[in-house]
Amino acid sequence: MSKSKFRTDFKIVRDMEKCIKCQACARVCSNDAHVYDNESNSIISYNDKCVGCHFCEDLCPTGALTIKRNIPEIKFNSHWDSYSVYNIIKQAETGGVLLTGMGNDKPFKEYFDHIVLNASQVTNPSIDPLREPMELKTFIGKKPDKIELKYEPYKLEYNKPELKIINYKISTKMPPQLVLETPIMFSAMSYGSISLNAQKSLAKAATEFGTMWNTGEGGLHEDLKPYSKNVIVQVASGRFGVDIDYLESAAAVEIKIGQGAKPGIGGHLPGEKVDTEVSKTRFIPIGSDAISPAPHHDIYSIEDLKQLIYALKEATRYQKPVGVKIAAVHNIAPIATGAVRAGADFVVIDGMRGGTGAAPTVIRDNVGIPIELAIAVVDQRLRDEGIRQQASLIAAGGFRSSADIIKAIALGVDAVYIGTSALISLGCHLCQKCYTGKCNWGIATQDPYLTKRLNPEIGAKRAYNLLRAWSLEIKEMLGGMGINAIESLRGNREQLRGVGLSELELKLLGIKHAGEAW
Amino acid sequence: MKKFLDDRKIHIPSGCGVTGIMDTSGKSISGSDIVTSIINMTERGNGLGSGYAGYGIYPEMKDSYCFHIMYQKDTVIEVTENYLNKKFNLILKEPIPTKNVKTLSYVPILYRYFISPKAELIKLNYETESQTEFFEQDFVSSCVMFINKEIEYAFVFSSGKNMGIFKGVGNPDEIAEFFKIYEYKAYIWTAHNRFPTNSVAWWGGAHPFGLLNWSVVHNGEISSYGINRRYLENFGYYCSLFTDTEVMAYLVDLIIRKHNLSFDILAKIFSAPFWSQIDRMEENEKNFYTYLRIIYGPALVNGPFAIIVTNNNTMVGLSDRTKLRPLVAGKKGSILYIASEEAAIRCVSKELDTVWTPKAGEPVIGKLS
Ligand code: SF4
Ligand code: SF4
Repeated sequence: MSKSKFRTDFKIVRDMEKCIKCQACARVCSNDAHVYDNESNSIISYNDKCVGCHFCEDLCPTGALTIKRNIPEIKFNSHWDSYSVYNIIKQAETGGVLLTGMGNDKPFKEYFDHIVLNASQVTNPSIDPLREPMELKTFIGKKPDKIELKYEPYKLEYNKPELKIINYKISTKMPPQLVLETPIMFSAMSYGSISLNAQKSLAKAATEFGTMWNTGEGGLHEDLKPYSKNVIVQVASGRFGVDIDYLESAAAVEIKIGQGAKPGIGGHLPGEKVDTEVSKTRFIPIGSDAISPAPHHDIYSIEDLKQLIYALKEATRYQKPVGVKIAAVHNIAPIATGAVRAGADFVVIDGMRGGTGAAPTVIRDNVGIPIELAIAVVDQRLRDEGIRQQASLIAAGGFRSSADIIKAIALGVDAVYIGTSALISLGCHLCQKCYTGKCNWGIATQDPYLTKRLNPEIGAKRAYNLLRAWSLEIKEMLGGMGINAIESLRGNREQLRGVGLSELELKLLGIKHAGEAW
Repeated sequence: MKKFLDDRKIHIPSGCGVTGIMDTSGKSISGSDIVTSIINMTERGNGLGSGYAGYGIYPEMKDSYCFHIMYQKDTVIEVTENYLNKKFNLILKEPIPTKNVKTLSYVPILYRYFISPKAELIKLNYETESQTEFFEQDFVSSCVMFINKEIEYAFVFSSGKNMGIFKGVGNPDEIAEFFKIYEYKAYIWTAHNRFPTNSVAWWGGAHPFGLLNWSVVHNGEISSYGINRRYLENFGYYCSLFTDTEVMAYLVDLIIRKHNLSFDILAKIFSAPFWSQIDRMEENEKNFYTYLRIIYGPALVNGPFAIIVTNNNTMVGLSDRTKLRPLVAGKKGSILYIASEEAAIRCVSKELDTVWTPKAGEPVIGKLS
């Protein structure tokens, strides 16, 4: 057999002056890229096996390791770039679909980077968030259009400085709401696609911070029941782990129709990953493949979706918000509107930068639309139809910073989901090899040798810190705009301006160009 | 050439002075008090906008709507009047009485129309009496919005019953003289003095801003403008101007008239208590304010403001939730005063029974007794 023509993406550089041959790297690398050779008492590097997760580099006690990108020096060709060439070589060898993990990494336009925020000067004062209250509390759920009160007759006294509103009875019924202390939640990542320790880290952080985490479609593990007050449980096409306890223990239920990383296709957790714990949580036999079909086989139309929404509402006795998650595709505005009309209490739109545990590369990189545009058109459509109050809007898909988040909120969402950035806080270095199950950081793997590297206490602290840091930054930016409650920024596109965007892009985003006043 | 800007096309931030006088017993007060009061705050304006609103000024015509319309071009008068004739029965049309004031410029053509909606146009889909009024008002406000949005150079700046707004680009004394404010008698008066950051030439941009019987004088800049405006669109209100005050007036109309809530609740929507305050409340109240904030979050008015909102039987003063703009209230017998400064009250009533500074977000409410 000829030598594999797979390209080596990385180069392991070992500084022999620093290396003490402790063999730590050889022990930890799940990809066997470092091998200790007893006979020669040396460590051999297998560059072709390295995925660039940088775990050994961080671990090496003497700092002897550097993992470098190995840029292929094939003849430059702007059309036949090395990425395409090597993919063809790979496929010629395997005959298979190329797989990948994490989100779309192609250089599509980053709309967030073409949007800038406002600040107050003179005519309205900015607010110092360190001295003044700055409110991020957010409610997810259907809002009534108005409050209806029955007044008991009472006298208004205009010179009493403080009015007490006690003579009323509220006749409006408030639909169930999720209460978030910050408009940032953790995205759906199933037990199976990520480790229990990773899920536990996020669950604990979300609970402590007062926001939500999401089970993904893998069921709710026994150990995570203590965090169920802050969990949104998913009902996906495979229905894994769904029973009445699962629904009842949750704060909210989310029907997963699609995912931004792979709109239109299902999921496949290979049997090797289905160990005892995963099998118990997903309600499937050990070692069997867990296949999520591309569509729900009981949802072939909007009216079918409505039935499932109401089935879940019935099952939870209308005590919990029931939402729908859809991938941002061309028709996102009418689809999201349809979901709201079908009774969804919240709609999640997942943009094309959204992550995944495994997806065909060609799908991940070529299907779906940018989240910024999806948010803008969905929010506008719901308003045009006068039903924006009927559901909360949540965006997901590649939020890199608090700035991305605040811009998303100003474009019109109630809250965002973060997945990739949450995993980065736990150690992920975006090697995109989640589908191999060999994540050295103990995140996208079920191998006990690897998962124990992620201490859920430390993980929770780090994820909490990220929520805290971003929330503080959002408060700073809000204060700068002279706004002290997040609801006054939500959908407030006057606070945004585009830089270097075409007229059509500005129109779709519903914002003005920088330089234009109100 | 000097270029003057138009509030209809762009947003112009402004600083301001506001003042209001109400005799809660319903007795009429001459316009001279309100003029004295607003002139006392000349510092707060820069001569580029002032105005007055008076309630009870048209007692003989109190059952018909009175539209004050300004025309920037005489060519649109006919178009506007044709539209009015289609929708309303005309009772009286006359020029708004004015006096020539040399220092004023860009003076528009001003008419007032006493009209009543054509019954057959609105009698379509309701049964009971009380609804009649509601639908009638909806009809009238949609006509006002139509003219303001669709007919360029025509602007309805007052559209209530037995009330009127008078405003323009100029100092408060000039505008008072121009409209002969001294000659009117009203039981509620409000006035405004504007400090726009840009040269404005359009008279419609001055305050008070009115819709139906509502009028609003406003000192502030609303950072939540973008969402307040989009929230209103959800309920069919389309802002034709770029002033915060228009948004305020529509919000008042939505919350009080359409959602049937009281002024104290309106105050708690505009200047919602902080969650930290709500957390300390008793269960009953906590529940109420939580509902209010969940439902009316997009109507929260964020940013510095002090406003006086009036209709035929109420005058309400309110500041933002952290009181970034001043507001003082005083009382003498049945008369309630609300103003940006105490001096603006003292200059018309030296011996007040009480004078106080309302807390942030706490409304001062005067009701006709
Ligand atoms: S631990 Fe990661 S970076 Fe280090 S050699 Fe192995 S795959 Fe490469
Ligand atoms: S989760 Fe692990 S495997 Fe996936 S990208 Fe991050 S480091 Fe790589």
